Parts: sequence; structure tokens; C-alpha cells
Amino acid sequence: MSKYVIIGNSTAAAGCIEGIRSVDNSGEITVVSGENHFVYSRPLISYYLEEKTDLQRMKYRPDDFYEKNKCNVLYGVKAEKIDKEKSEVYLDNGEKLSYEKLMIATGSSPFVPPFKGLDTVENKFSFMTIDDALAIEKTVDENSKVLIVGAGLIGLKCAEGLLEKVGKISVCDLADRVLSSIFDDECAKIMQNHLEEKGIEFLLGDSAEEFNGNTAKMMSGKDVEFDVLILAVGVRSNIAIAKEIGIDTNRAILVDNAMKTSLENIYSAGDCTEYVDFSSNSKKVMAILPNAYLQGNTAGKNMAGESAVFDNAIPMNSIGFFGLHAMSAGSYFDEKDGGKCYIEKGERHIKKLFVKDGVLSGFIIIGDVSKAGIYTNLIRNKTELSEIDFETIKKSPTLFAFSKENRGKMLGGVV
Amino acid sequence: MGIEYIYPEFEVVRNSDRCIKCGVCQRQCANEVHKLDEDLNVMLSDEAKCVNCQRCVALCPTRALKIVKSDCRLRENANWSDSTIKEVYKQASSGGVLLSSMGNPNPLPVYWDKILINASQVTNPPIDPLREPMETAVFLGKKPEKIERDENGNIKCDLAPQINLPVPIMFSAMSYGSISYNAHESLARAARELGICYNTGEGGLHKDFYEYGPNTIVQVASGRFGVHENYLNAGAAIEIKMGQGAKPGIGGHLPGAKIVGDVSKTRMIPEGSDAISPAPHHDIYSIEDLRQLVFSLKEATNYKKPIIVKVAAVHNIAAIASGIARSGADIIAIDGFRGGTGAAPTRIRDNVGIPIELALASVDQRLRDEGIRNNVSLVVGGSIRCASDVVKAIALGADACYIATSALLALGCHLCRTCQTGKCNWGIATQRPELVKRLNPDIGYQRLVNLVTAWQHEIKELMGAMGINSIEALKGNRLMLRGVNMTEKELEIFNISHAGE
Amino acid sequence: MKRVFVNEKWCLGCHLCEYNCAFANSGLDNMAKALKDKKIYPRIRIEGDENINYAVSCRHCTDPMCVKSCITGALSINDGVITINQEKCVGCLTCILVCPYGCISQNENSVAQKCELCLKNSSGEPACVKGCPNNAIVYEER
Repeated sequence: MSKYVIIGNSTAAAGCIEGIRSVDNSGEITVVSGENHFVYSRPLISYYLEEKTDLQRMKYRPDDFYEKNKCNVLYGVKAEKIDKEKSEVYLDNGEKLSYEKLMIATGSSPFVPPFKGLDTVENKFSFMTIDDALAIEKTVDENSKVLIVGAGLIGLKCAEGLLEKVGKISVCDLADRVLSSIFDDECAKIMQNHLEEKGIEFLLGDSAEEFNGNTAKMMSGKDVEFDVLILAVGVRSNIAIAKEIGIDTNRAILVDNAMKTSLENIYSAGDCTEYVDFSSNSKKVMAILPNAYLQGNTAGKNMAGESAVFDNAIPMNSIGFFGLHAMSAGSYFDEKDGGKCYIEKGERHIKKLFVKDGVLSGFIIIGDVSKAGIYTNLIRNKTELSEIDFETIKKSPTLFAFSKENRGKMLGGVV
Repeated sequence: MGIEYIYPEFEVVRNSDRCIKCGVCQRQCANEVHKLDEDLNVMLSDEAKCVNCQRCVALCPTRALKIVKSDCRLRENANWSDSTIKEVYKQASSGGVLLSSMGNPNPLPVYWDKILINASQVTNPPIDPLREPMETAVFLGKKPEKIERDENGNIKCDLAPQINLPVPIMFSAMSYGSISYNAHESLARAARELGICYNTGEGGLHKDFYEYGPNTIVQVASGRFGVHENYLNAGAAIEIKMGQGAKPGIGGHLPGAKIVGDVSKTRMIPEGSDAISPAPHHDIYSIEDLRQLVFSLKEATNYKKPIIVKVAAVHNIAAIASGIARSGADIIAIDGFRGGTGAAPTRIRDNVGIPIELALASVDQRLRDEGIRNNVSLVVGGSIRCASDVVKAIALGADACYIATSALLALGCHLCRTCQTGKCNWGIATQRPELVKRLNPDIGYQRLVNLVTAWQHEIKELMGAMGINSIEALKGNRLMLRGVNMTEKELEIFNISHAGE
Repeated sequence: MKRVFVNEKWCLGCHLCEYNCAFANSGLDNMAKALKDKKIYPRIRIEGDENINYAVSCRHCTDPMCVKSCITGALSINDGVITINQEKCVGCLTCILVCPYGCISQNENSVAQKCELCLKNSSGEPACVKGCPNNAIVYEER
């Protein structure tokens, strides 16, 4: 009987468990869960603050998930060290686990820059885990002034979650636009305007330099008063345990499209990995939930002896703030990168489709996002745009742009 | 407007409590009656365009629609009826011949409804068709006068070619052009499944339908559209069309607008040219001429196909039939004056020809009297509406019946009688692709199969009630019929007794 | 497993499937009551132009991207049928971002909805299939 050990208990781990069990129904699976929680969906913590979900519904899988999949979960335990020769994992409770196949799904941790005076701030939080959300919820009240450092996905989702609960929210970021990792200036502006209308204040191209109690001294020289400080500057992959035993790493653990690391019998998936972005053919850390699952699932199948690959990973995001939805996927190659951009723009709507080498390489849509998956699929399949009616599909995603024959296959066959 | 104005015949009644403005009526009406007014947010109707085809009624998901006869009427006049006056208006406006479609709608006598069927009681037991075998099969074609044997005593078997039908029903001629590809496919597939025949009509045979050959009757009409050697040999029989019940004595005219694509190819005439069938066959002015055509066709098909001669029921039909029976034809098809059409001049349709019941009775009698009944089989059509009409026709002497209007009803026709516009909302009498696709042959053929199967069950039940277990024993068995509400003369022609006699 | 298949040859673009879908999933027993003066949120949608139409609804993929990508675990496969737990869904729309057929949409409460083959309502068989006047939508094993 095979022995599987999974370090980590989030999305990639769940994917890994389901992957293993789709092949091997009897092997022994042990999950090392640093967090004291049943597998839950991390992106839901902002929805939790917004009261759109609750602790029960945040569970990523049904209550009988581990039982059904015959997993032994060690809660509140961390893996400290791997002995690759003996194939053992040492835990912080002094025990050790032996494995035949090991999954490192250690995820990432909030990155906290060494701000001067940060230790003088009483209410400071990261926004990553359910414990962070619970702590913030306990701390804030309707008069709280919240300063969020970081206008990325985490910072802004946190802002959305808190807006109804607090008095004021200010968001600062060193970048001169919001959501700089997924939006260009034009798109960012639309979303920023929308968020400002809802009452969020932005300090962009500016960041805290120093803290003094409840005051942040900004680089611009401005002072910002706050009661609660949330640090959402970014995340760093948790790779120490892998690096220590010589697994190839860069910014994160390097994996191939079967999710194998450089060491035999050791796999990795999720936010702690760096892998190929199919849309740009370069290795990246794409810390997004769907990819974590797909990686974990692929790894699980491979660990159990099947040969599976996940070779069309792309960065993608679907994110909405106060009813205005945005989606992005792939790589944005515009003229300067040898690509072409098709733009459709309205007041609260923008669509940018990036075309390079005759295929769709990426897109950004804010506003009407319906059927956007058809675009995503064009990226994933590297569909030759000359084979479809691009004029039609660029206006709105529709299967009508495909040939009658292909459409017939899609709609008249099992897929 | 003004003097030209004629108030619409129908009213669209929309129940606003039920209407959900789904727009199905608007999308489904080729006549463009319905329209959503975006400003008012209500569905409006332009009733002047409505032909009462009931497509919208049938597809309205909330049953919010009904079409009623408009009650805006001219002053009542028993002599000058509303429709008569309006026809005068229309002609005063257009200067043209009025056109109509489908069968004569006027309240002329329907003799089928004046004829009643016998049943067995006590002295001759009825037969239960669920327990006893019932034979409804018929063979159409020339029958031998007597059994002949060779020198060894074996029966000489040189029977003329026959059409074998498991039930005495066939789909009568409707051309590709007058009806759609999908209507034809439905008829062809149903005929094959039922083991009966459908009829190409005068528009030729689409290349896709050659596979249904054993269940096809190919027609040769005065326009000779689409006639060639392969065509003649493709079917189970060849029908020479001399006339049609809805328009005896006149030809046909399919406007160039309908001669497009495959219709043009199948008819072998250029796209856009009018397809004109002359009133006469230009090579037939006598029975002798007809005989020449009959034998030309037999020659062309190696004497393997029975030849049908189709004529309209007209005044001296008995003498005409007698002539045809001597022309070498194997089958005579007679089409009564209530038969349908894709388009006919209204005056002709409504005033020319005679009822099929009387024509059949006199033809069967005449052929028997002359001792030539075995020369031919008799097929009758022109508003055979149900199984009891079939049974009565057989008892009056028919070998089989042609049905077309009932077949179209099975395909969705709602008898709105505007085939001539080419905008059939049910996808039958149209060549517009977006309308043609409304008739899915998968559905259509199954409904035709259902219809004929149901009739066959009913025919067996009626036969069983009479104590007859083979349809051959019913043929010409007028003792099984009685008349009601008939004059002495009518009873004499039918050669049946009055009920009670 | 039986699935909904469409054949554009027979689709008339009448949009009845959309209304039948919206009605079947309304939980009400009268169509006028359910849909009158309301914006409808069907789980099947007609695409096409003036001449060609076809309906699109969930293909119930054997390897579904939506289920694998769902951030809440609201989407799952049950006996081959992809279903959504709308109580769990927070409306992040990642499923819309990944569905290759454009078959997932937002309902009136802004959470995701999709065809569940009328297994959760009282229609008995898929309402789009039952109400299609031309057999352009069928429910069968292929």
C-alpha cells in the first residue's frame, strides 16, 4: 500500500487528495495541516467579512471529505524538515512521517516589509487566512479608520469586505494604479473610479514609510491617521523546507507540467510553485486558486501512478467589487511586444483583447463578463483566429464564431 | 384606404394578464402580424396581415393568444354574402383573377356524411379485430379475367405489374415546389415505413429521394417537369396527370420566385422561370393519344411499372373512365372537387367538378356494366377525411384512396388556405429556408405514420363490425351502405338503399 | 449519461427554451405569474443570427473546468451531472471565466447558475427539451 504525505491543507492539497483517489483508492494519505481548520477557501475571507458567506459555507469541500477520501489529517502541525534519503518528514510535534510520495503544498505567506516603527502599531493585520479575518472582524467597529497598504487583489477585496463595517478606508500603494498585477492604467482607472464612488480613498504612487502608533508617515510627507492597519503588500512562496534539501527553486519551487520537483518522489503544487505560463511560455508564480487545484489534482494522479499533465496553465482572475466585475486572463502583448490590442470601451465597461502570432494571448474585461470563458478557451487552446470568425467573437464571445462543424461537435457530442 | 379598405377578417385576441412578451409570436409569424412596441412595452398586432394559421396560438407558452373571426360585418344579405361582396371589392381593386388554396370550403353536400355503414348482429357475427386476423392489404393494377393453366395444369402467372399496399391508402400528388423539401421527406419516409406510396406530383423527384423509389409514384404532367428515364424507372408506378379535382380543365402555374435552387434543378427548368403546366397535354386529344403515352411510358420502363391515369371528377367521368380503362392504363385515379391545391383560381376551384362520391359510384358501375372493371384499379381522392370515408369508398367500389389534405394536417397544416403566398408558417407550402426548417421530418414522418396506423386500426374495426375480415370482400359491397337524407336520384346513382330499407 | 444536445438544423430561434427554462426553475406553477414583467435568467441561451440559431446549455463535461476552478466548492459533479450549490456560491464568477461554452451565467441574485437538467425542479425532464417545438433540443444518451 502506497504512502502519501501532503504538506499543506488548502486547495492544492484538496486537489491532490482527489487526484490520488481517482487512481488509488487504498493508499494511505496523511495531510499535515498547519492551520487548525478544515480545508477552506482562502479567497472567501473577504466575503466572510462582507457576510456573504460563513465559516460553514467557506469549507472548500463537504464535511465528510477527509473521511470519504480516507485521509489522516494532522491539524495544527507543521512540517519542519524533510529527510530525502529516508523519505521522512519531521513534524514540529516531534513526530515523523514516512512517505513514498510527498506533496509540498505549503502555499505562501504575507510579505511584510521592514517598516520603521511597525512595532508601535497596535492593530495590525495581514489578510490571508481565516484567523486573520476573524481577528480583523473582532477589532473593527463602525467608526474604525482603516489603512490598507497594498491596492492589489488582497488589499482591495479586504477593502470591499470591510467597507460596510467601518468608518473609513484608505488604500495606499507604491504603484500608481490599483490592481497593478492584472490591469493596465486604463482598466485600473475604471475600477478605481468605481471604488472611489463607493467611498474608498486611494493614495496611489505613495506608501507608508514609517509608523508611529496610529499614524502612518507617507513617502509624500502626508500623515494618515488610522485605527486598524492592514498589510497587503504581497505574498512570498513558502519554499524554505524545499530549498533546504536541494530542490530546485527560483522565486518558488520549480515544477514541470506533471508537478514533479527536481527530486524524485517529491511533488509540489499551488502558491509555492513556479511553473510555465502557457500564454507567454515563461515560468511564473501564478498564485491563483483554480491553478492550485488543477496542479494538485495533476500531481495527485501522478503520485498514484497515472501520467497526467497540466500544461496549459495561464494566469487568470475573476474579481468583482461592489457589483462591477472584472476578468483577466493570459498575457497582454500589445504593439510594443509585437502583439495587437482590440479595445472596446464604455464608461463602466472596457474590453481589451490581445492578439499575438495569430492567437488570442490575453484579455481584460470590466463590466459585462458574460461568456468570457469562450475567450479563455481560445487562449488555452491557442485557437488560430483565422479559423474562426474573429470579427464576430471580438464583439461578444459566442460559439457562433466557430465553424458549423466545430460547433456541431461541441453541442452535439459528449465533451 | 377609403374605397379600397377591407376590414381584416380576423382579430388577434391577446390576454394581457397572460402575455409575458416573450416575443415567440413575433418571431414565428412570417406575415409579421405581431410586434413588440418597445416604447409602450406591449405586444401589438397588425390584424390585416393575419391569415389565421394559428402558428402563434400553438406556440404561445402562456396560451395568451387566440384568433377569432372579426365581427365587423357588412349588412346581412342572404344573396350577397360578406365574402361575395368582398371578392367583388378585391377584383374591382386588382382587376385580377382571385386565387385560393386547398380544397373548396363552401357548404356543398358531403355525401360521405349521408352514407352509413352496416354492422353484424346475431345472424352473422361481427369479428373482433384484436383477436382475429384482419386483412387490409390490396394490390393495385390490372387483374386477369380468369385463371389460365398451361398444358401441365400449372397456373399461368403473367400478372401485370401491381402496387402492393398493406392498407388501401396512399399519399396523393404534391409537387416539390408546391410543398417543401421537408414535407416531401416526411411523406417519403412515412410511405417507406408504412409500406405504402407517396406521389412526387409534377415537380420531379429530388435526388435525395430516389432511395424511397419503391414507395414512390412518379408523376408525368402536362409540363413534363423533371421527367427523364431514371425518373420514370425510379418509382413503383407512373402517374399521368390529366387533371386535378381542385382545378379541372386548367393547368398550373408555379411562379418563378419559387423556382430556386433545388426546385429548379429537380424540375429541370432555369431558376426564376415560371413553371407553367398547360391545361391539356399537348400530345393528348383523344383516348388513342392517351394510349400512346401510356405505352410510351410502359416501353420506357420495360412494362414493369403500372401506369396510373389521374383525372378530375367531372360531369361525364364514367365515359372518361371507360375510355381510360381501354387505354392500357393499369389504374385510374379520380380526384373529387373538394381536393386540395397549392393555388387555384377561386371560381374554378369552387364551381368546377363534381363530388368524388358520385363520380366513384358511377365509374365503378359503368366499368362493371361494360365488363372492364378488371382492366383497372380505382383510386379515389379529393377530401378523404377519415377511416370511415375510406371504408365507404371501398364499399362503393374503390380499390384504394389517395389522401393529401389529411396528410398535410398531420404535418401541421392548419388549413388557413393561403398556400399561394409562399409564407407557410408551418414549413409546408413554402420554399423559404427559415420557414422550411420549421417542419422537422423526424416529427413529420412519425405523425404521418401515426395517422395511417390509426386509420388502419379503425378500418379493421369497421370491417370487423360488418363481419368482414378481408378488405377485398368489402370492395364494391354496396349492401354494406345505406343512405340518409338523399333523393331517389342520389340513391339510384349510389345504387344503395335508403336507411331503413 | 443522458445529456441535452442541440441540432442547429432544426432550431427556429423561437427562444421558447429560454422561457421554459426560466419558468421551470422559478418554482412557480404558472408561467405568467413566474415571468410576466420580469427579466428572465434562463440557463439555456439562444445564439446565432437571422438564419442560424442554436441553444447552448451546460455540456456536463466529463472533465469540467468550472468544478475544478470553483473557489468555494459550490460546483460539483454528482452522477455525471454538474450541479451548483447556490447557497455556497459567492458570485466570484470564476466559473464563467473558465467555461469554454459560455454556459454559466449569473442569476437574479448575482450568484452563478447553470443547467442542472431540471433534476432539482418539478419539470421531470429538461423543460427546454419538453417545450422545443421542433426537436432541435433532445435529451438522450450519446
